[in-house]
Amino acid sequence: MKAPIKWLSDFVKINVPIKEYTDAMTLSGSKVEGVEDLGKDIEIVVVGKIVAIESHPDADKLRICKVDIGSEVLQIVTGAPNVKEGDYIPLALVGAKLPGGEIKLSKLRGVESYGMMCSIDELNLTKDYLPDAPDHGVYVFSGTPELGADVKDVLNLDKVVEFEITSNRPDCLSIIGLARETAATLGETFKIPKVEVKEEAGGDINDLVSIEIENPELCYRYAARAVKDVKIEPSPAWMQRRLAAAGMRPINNIVDITNYVMLEYGQPMHAFDLEQVQGRRIVVRTPKDGETIRTLDGQDRDLDSDMLLICDENRPIGVAGVMGGENSEITDKTNTILLESATFKGSSVRITGKKMGLRSEASIRFEKGLDIENAIPALNRCAELIELLGAGKVVKGIADCNRMPYEKRIMKFQPERINSFLGSEIETAQMVKIFKSLEFEVDEKNMTLIPPSFRNDIVELADLCEEIARFYGYNNIKSSLLSGKESMQGRKTYKQSMEDVIRNTMVACGLYEAYTLSFASPKVFDTINLPKDHHLRNAVVISNPLGEDFSLMRTTTLPDMLKSLSINYNRNNPEAALFELSYVYLPIEGEVLADERGTLTIGMYGGTSNFYELKGAMEELLLAMGIKQYEFRPEKDEASFHPGRTAKLYVKGKNKEMVYAATLGEIHPEVAENYECPSRTYVAVADTNVLIEASTTEKQYSQLPKFPAITRDLAIVVKDELYVAQIIEVIKQKGGEYLEEVSIFDVYKGAQVPEGMKSVAFALSFRALDRTLKDEDVNVAMDRILKNLEKSFDAQRR
Amino acid sequence: MKQQLEAIKKQAMDKLAQISDIRELEDLKVAYLGKKGELTRILKGMGALSAEERPIVGQMANDVRATLEENIANAKLRLIREERNQRLKSEVIDVTMPGKIRAIGRKHPLTLVLDELKDIFLGMGYEIAEGPEIELDYNNFEALNIPKNHPARDTQDTFYISENVVLRTHTSPVQIRHMQNNKPPIRIICPGRVYRSDAVDATHSPVFHQVEGLVVDKGVTMGDLNGTLQAFAKSIFGKDTRIRLRPHHFPFTEPSAEVDVSCWGCGGSGCRICKGEGWVEILGAGMVHPNVLRECGIDPDIYSGFAFGMGIERITMGKFGIDDMRLLFENDIRFLKQF
Ligand SMILES: [Zn+2]
Repeated sequence: MKAPIKWLSDFVKINVPIKEYTDAMTLSGSKVEGVEDLGKDIEIVVVGKIVAIESHPDADKLRICKVDIGSEVLQIVTGAPNVKEGDYIPLALVGAKLPGGEIKLSKLRGVESYGMMCSIDELNLTKDYLPDAPDHGVYVFSGTPELGADVKDVLNLDKVVEFEITSNRPDCLSIIGLARETAATLGETFKIPKVEVKEEAGGDINDLVSIEIENPELCYRYAARAVKDVKIEPSPAWMQRRLAAAGMRPINNIVDITNYVMLEYGQPMHAFDLEQVQGRRIVVRTPKDGETIRTLDGQDRDLDSDMLLICDENRPIGVAGVMGGENSEITDKTNTILLESATFKGSSVRITGKKMGLRSEASIRFEKGLDIENAIPALNRCAELIELLGAGKVVKGIADCNRMPYEKRIMKFQPERINSFLGSEIETAQMVKIFKSLEFEVDEKNMTLIPPSFRNDIVELADLCEEIARFYGYNNIKSSLLSGKESMQGRKTYKQSMEDVIRNTMVACGLYEAYTLSFASPKVFDTINLPKDHHLRNAVVISNPLGEDFSLMRTTTLPDMLKSLSINYNRNNPEAALFELSYVYLPIEGEVLADERGTLTIGMYGGTSNFYELKGAMEELLLAMGIKQYEFRPEKDEASFHPGRTAKLYVKGKNKEMVYAATLGEIHPEVAENYECPSRTYVAVADTNVLIEASTTEKQYSQLPKFPAITRDLAIVVKDELYVAQIIEVIKQKGGEYLEEVSIFDVYKGAQVPEGMKSVAFALSFRALDRTLKDEDVNVAMDRILKNLEKSFDAQRR
Repeated sequence: MKQQLEAIKKQAMDKLAQISDIRELEDLKVAYLGKKGELTRILKGMGALSAEERPIVGQMANDVRATLEENIANAKLRLIREERNQRLKSEVIDVTMPGKIRAIGRKHPLTLVLDELKDIFLGMGYEIAEGPEIELDYNNFEALNIPKNHPARDTQDTFYISENVVLRTHTSPVQIRHMQNNKPPIRIICPGRVYRSDAVDATHSPVFHQVEGLVVDKGVTMGDLNGTLQAFAKSIFGKDTRIRLRPHHFPFTEPSAEVDVSCWGCGGSGCRICKGEGWVEILGAGMVHPNVLRECGIDPDIYSGFAFGMGIERITMGKFGIDDMRLLFENDIRFLKQF
């Protein structure tokens, strides 16, 4: 809401510097967004009248003017082609300050000029503010302003304060509402000048129109006045400028007056051509079957059964609070108008406006719920302005249908409860003063309060506390720190602690943490080669997304990780190693909400990245999470991944079954290409719900060995495709009770190893807890192992 | 024999003085003191001496042996020391060469700030509560005193899944869930991911993160809210930080406030960060609206509470001087390495 200071000053004195004023308003709850100073940097610019013009002897494009500024006549040289004798123009005198700089005595082609005639550009104004200004050239005043007067006064160049008005305060979407807040904030008196309507047209409104409300639950009050002999013309400059300063475009006197009253009183008005109102009846009702209306913008509108209409005897002539109908529009031929001042149910206006895609300054006010008691004063102000501007003659009386009369709310006034809620010690007398300044009725004898009719937001104790706190000062309430309250202990849940473990481990593995958005495009499934019938293609769909690319909730984090790696790769970062801890969103059949599953995603390329580096990070994580029983199984069929370089991780779950926990591997070259990632890109996607379920923080010390171990090496040649995990399994099975550890120390293919075979070397360590082992003990075990490896895999000892 | 002993002693001492190698020293020790050494050889001739001479020569031989042993031991120490000094000299490295960094990663700046906030509030006795991001309209709006078609819904550009399901626009629904399942006293923070339909630019993202807090107990006052926010602001922005509450309106709190902290860039005198205001808005707060308490089965005549909420991106960007929000979600390693 833009409020020009001079307009506010019609109702309250503002006797403090602007900065002090705006700070005080902000701290009492009317947040100031900014101050626009239309007269900023304009000094010593006055009204002048061109009394003579002659051509310049040495320049075709320049003219020499004699300009009367009241006290003297000055010689001014101008290049502006649009001025003529008799024009009143803004003249910047020598020494004047303009946004473009200071004006000096100058000589133009040998002729002295004692100032400069100004265009609106030079005054830093726009055509919005001065619609009658020419596109080019000097501004010419439309009337006959006083010569020598300061143009800032003549043009009403005011400071305009822009307030942010919260949705609970529709009363402050008006100059009067803001003036009230100003008065309470500054401790000044608020006063509305007396409104007088002469009603010179004679007759009686009730002979001209009758009003019925069929749906009082949607229309609380409908009041109207009639105006005869309407003369449509531009409104006066002062009104145009106030409207422009407040951000509304002037149109004609009737429209401008209704807008002016809306801005001043917060009550939107609408004007109908009364001669087009059939049957001289206004009926406020919901539509009949099949009814439609063509609104002022020329659009034919279908109507829903719950939309509220303003109708005459036969047909709709307006959509309540949203837009008038074309059939009752004011035209040049209009003689008699009907001025509407009504209050509708806010949510109804809001829904209708939304459905029709129409929102206006009027509907924004209706939506928030208006003061029933404001309809008549606003209507009278409107009538007064019509008379003042000579726009027509007002008919006697008001037609008023008020089906939901305002009822005063009597509330308990409990100063001690207000203080104990705020934690303050405010005197009752000070509270009384605050409430009175806000126009509450205070009954100190019965300790009751009645909020004013325009404060629908005040319903209970907390609301009263806010009013007191606003004007006592939020920042004057003494700080305490839950003293006297039971002290509590804060700690993380098991899941939250485990997530810390995951992050810390990933960082220790040299990975950098990434954050990506949770949306997905329906196209991503193809880019990661996901089969057409894959369950991850079933995603939660956003009904009003920012665009197709953001229209799904992601079911996999793989595309986002690839995108992040791709950004790094395309910016020539030679290597990148990332992890992200986030969620995927899986729809659940028959449920309203989704299964939000914690997901750890690791991605890397370049540097030392390879499958084993990736797997190492996963193994480190399993260790850190205390997960001892797990298995990496080769995976050939995961379409996003390299068929020969991918594994799935299974961990032992609650029911002792092996549960799927992660997929890790090299990205399929096709997928890597789709994302412009390097061909050797490695990604792991893990389900942290499963990992956390399988994890434990319990640790058990096992005794350090007292007796030495015997180590043996075992090198065998096997078929290349044999997985070492299979060999180790046999070694462990057949190793006997003393086998303590098996590790691989070499895998070799090439010379001395036949084609299609590989040599794998293991280091085995044997130990007994109670004695030093003898070679014989170990020899038996080694023989058994070797025999079984020969039997199972055709293994040859090397 | 005395002369012989004297001669051996002198000879050995002379050699000892010149010795420069520990192996030579060992050889010398063997040559003089060993089983087949000079001294032994001489002592073997003792049998030829008279009974009077024998103890005298014997004593003398022992003295010579003791002297030699002592000197050999000293020489050994000297040689070891010399050798070590030699080695240390040859092992000089250039300590001004750059160090080798162990390749550990880094947490994301948003995580760093979130962790800091969690620590502050855990220390003040808060628990951390979590809830779903895809939420019921009821939990996200209606239970928070924002019925359907309430004008306040305008300020929260909401992503809808269906008429009754939304992407949560704040983490307040977690507070609702918590209040419905727990009795006061309640003291929680709710960190998490939230959604508003803003297009991505330097200061907006449709996905961002919040931490909200909620305290409900008997006799919780607005002064408690002020004190809590003050303690929090000092913890995260430094002990000289001041806060300023401005009245505002949120449907779920009454009274409501927007909260500024004194600018961390200039301390309040005005700079680029605070756009010359001296204050930076970082959170919204207020006393829990009685309708919200009622909706969760808590009697507002007995209990009161406060709530607050802040955007993590904004705090992170302020704290680290990040000027474009998009950097937080691009994951350029050169950016991530800076934290
Ligand atoms: Zn600053």
